[in-house]
Amino acid sequence: MPNSSAERNEYDVAVIGAGPAGLAAAAAAADTGVSVALVDSGPRPGGQYWRHRTGDDGTHHHDWAEFTRLRARIREVDHLAEHAVWHIEPGFTVHATGRDPVRARRLVLAPGAHDRQLPFPGWTLPGVYTAGGVQALLKGHGVLAGKRIVVAGTGPFLLAVAAGLLDAGAGVAGVFEAGTPAGFARHPLAVAGALGKLGEGAGYLRVVGRRYRTRTMVIAAHGTGELSGVTVAKVDANWQVVPGTERDVACDALAVGYGFTPQLELPLQLGCATRLDADGSLVATADDRQMSTVEGVFLAGEVCGVGGSALAVTEGLIAGRHAAGVSAGSRLLRRRRAQRRFAGALHQAFPLRRGWLDRVGADTVVCRCEEVRHRAVTAAVDDLGATDPRTVKLLARPGMGLCQGRVCGFATACVVADRLGRTLIEADLRGLAARPVAQPVTLGELAG
Amino acid sequence: MTRSDVSDVIVIGAGMVGAMTAYHCAAAGLRVTVLERDAVAGGTTSACEGNILVSDKEPGPELDLALLSIRRWQELADELGADSLEYQAKGGVVVAMSDDTGAGLTAFTASQRAAGIDAQDVSSAQLREREPNLSPDARSGAYYPQDAQVQPMLATARLLRAVRDLGGTVRTGTEVTGFVERGVATSAGIVHAEHVVNAAGTWAGQVSELAGAPVPVLPRKGFILVTEPLPRTIRHKVYTAEYVANVASSDAGLETSVVVEGTKAGTVLIGASRERVGFDRSMSLPVVRKLAAQAIEVFPFLADVALLRSYLGFRPYCPDHLPVLGPDPRVPGLVHACGHEGAGIGLAAGTGHLIAQVLTGKEPDLDLTPFRPHRFEEAPA
Ligand SMILES: Cc1cc2nc3c(=O)[nH]c(=O)nc-3n(C[C@H](O)[C@H](O)[C@H](O)COP(=O)(O)OP(=O)(O)OC[C@H]3O[C@@H](n4cnc5c(N)ncnc54)[C@H](O)[C@@H]3O)c2cc1C
Repeated sequence: MPNSSAERNEYDVAVIGAGPAGLAAAAAAADTGVSVALVDSGPRPGGQYWRHRTGDDGTHHHDWAEFTRLRARIREVDHLAEHAVWHIEPGFTVHATGRDPVRARRLVLAPGAHDRQLPFPGWTLPGVYTAGGVQALLKGHGVLAGKRIVVAGTGPFLLAVAAGLLDAGAGVAGVFEAGTPAGFARHPLAVAGALGKLGEGAGYLRVVGRRYRTRTMVIAAHGTGELSGVTVAKVDANWQVVPGTERDVACDALAVGYGFTPQLELPLQLGCATRLDADGSLVATADDRQMSTVEGVFLAGEVCGVGGSALAVTEGLIAGRHAAGVSAGSRLLRRRRAQRRFAGALHQAFPLRRGWLDRVGADTVVCRCEEVRHRAVTAAVDDLGATDPRTVKLLARPGMGLCQGRVCGFATACVVADRLGRTLIEADLRGLAARPVAQPVTLGELAG
Repeated sequence: MTRSDVSDVIVIGAGMVGAMTAYHCAAAGLRVTVLERDAVAGGTTSACEGNILVSDKEPGPELDLALLSIRRWQELADELGADSLEYQAKGGVVVAMSDDTGAGLTAFTASQRAAGIDAQDVSSAQLREREPNLSPDARSGAYYPQDAQVQPMLATARLLRAVRDLGGTVRTGTEVTGFVERGVATSAGIVHAEHVVNAAGTWAGQVSELAGAPVPVLPRKGFILVTEPLPRTIRHKVYTAEYVANVASSDAGLETSVVVEGTKAGTVLIGASRERVGFDRSMSLPVVRKLAAQAIEVFPFLADVALLRSYLGFRPYCPDHLPVLGPDPRVPGLVHACGHEGAGIGLAAGTGHLIAQVLTGKEPDLDLTPFRPHRFEEAPA
């Protein structure tokens, strides 16, 4: 069966993304006996969470046993590695770089998420990375981003990144959490406990220890040519700087992340309905079976709501089974309910607060690809009459460059909504998220 | 929630055409209110290329409007600042990829010169001087120094800004839902005026129905590809001679003939397909593939360049491929400025100028008879 599927490039189910959600979906679907293709741009399965190098024995990874179990279950799956999906046609035809299109009767979209970034003075300096980028460098290449690294932003992921760095022998100059994880009691240990439940393992906090500071933000990065230090400050509950608490911390790398932005281009290409999630992200709407609003298109993992790897696996198992035409057992559904409740509580514990916007000065770059500064964004609203982020993009070019708004889209939408004196709405993010070409593809390859 | 207002002119639609019309009216001293259901420049104006062309026009009424428009655009660039509109008189190059097409092109440029276009025949060597990266297969061509370009959304927004500075009103998020005695009903109440200009672009047909004076404006879908930013590799707007035939064609099927140009931001724009498939917003891979292949034929180096994004829009076209301009004798007070198909950016400047002349009781610089709104109801001659 798999062989003939491969020859014909035709499968019962195509799973896009080989992270926790996609692996689980592929495994669950394959278990039922249908033909499955698993398409991913990376060389090895695992995604961001289980990113590893060849020969990696899993020592520094969490839930590695789960990974190896899932990997064993996809033996009958055609893993089409190092092919980036750039477009999916209805019906479904999956176009990925470097190979013939793959046809499938059903799809499971599990493309994951990338770090959500917020601009601040100096954030475009070399040496400033995303938290996920620093982690990927370590997991995927065994490379430390610097000798003295500051980790900053908000959310439990910061602890995971910092613990991984310490584990690998890096110098961590501080871990600055803007929020107060109040939803999990005042004590940060509760956060670690929460992480344990999320499947990322407890003990991060023990490792990170006194370096962890809450209600503290990096408000500026400094350096000539490259990063040499950051200014951190205490912030209040609304992320306004408490005057007089600013201090400088020397570092040669900054890993910063304010949660995640799900990759919505594929669901949007297929016409899936979306909603604004509790963490402010645009996500695709999934029903109880993990099916989107488009018949035959299933969703798993961050694409339908950021919730961590354990939830992603559960959603993947449910999506994979339903995509194969078999329903998921009630045990899986119960597990998903509990994990979702937990993810929701985390979103509440680590909300974004408006105060970050006050740090974005007129001169601060909002879109780094096109070097669009804050003043150009606000001028599009004030002088040119833009009433939504898409119009701002068309007038002032934030999000028009190489990254197509993946980096700056969320922040641009926030700046615009704030300038218009209103809160962020779903349409703001949708207006920036549609990308008919999900990955750059050469014109030569396109022309065929 | 009803609101009542009185102006001299209501302009329906804040696209390029509506903005130009509003600007010329406001500059002529009229009190103007622009009503737009969506956002500033949110319609087809945000889904096009911004070419201001004479090169693709055959002698006739559209060319007359294009020549008037190109003059007006130049004047506006002087008045408002070329940079603020990203206006650039960069010139156009048309290439013939075969000797046959070359012969056709030479005949075409001769007729254009007779009609007042600066159209210069160029040899294959001269072509390569203008565009060093052109395919070696390019046989001959023509150079059009009058062809220019603007950033259409920016130009629209700037003109509407100028309208506000001149005392006019621009209301976005306000949809016209019907016509009343001396005015229109909107989603935010009644607005009154002596004149109502229908500049609703591809939706002008629907608006004309609301007014009880239908004009047949229909959508003609088009895709545009945008590459990753590059150093300056393409200097003019470059298109193949086949493009001219396609623009004027009435074929319902798919037509692609490529127009390639570099932008200030370094990206290369590749347009555009033409299809009559209604308001179908779906991405069509075969169409996009064809555009890519044609672009590579003209500029082979593009094969290794990454496509960054694509977008699509709906040109507002009339069956005879001419816009609808001027007062509608069927409904006193109603004036049309719509149906500019694939040239609404270019033709907007002349359009706004002419409509303002009509509304201030002046003799328009061009005879509007070929553009009259009720022409579709007349018995064929
Ligand atoms: C792919 C493509 C490439 C193109 N390239 C070029 C080019 O290079 N050069 C060129 O000159 N032209 C080009 N065009 C054509 C050009 O885009 C159009 O002719 C032009 O934008 C039309 O402008 P407009 O103001 O008439 O319409 P629009 O920009 O569509 O504006 C009409 C406005 O009316 C509003 N509206 C509609 N109904 C109502 C209502 N009931 N109440 C309130 N508001 C309403 C709409 O929301 C819209 O904003 C291209 C078009 C396409 C699709």
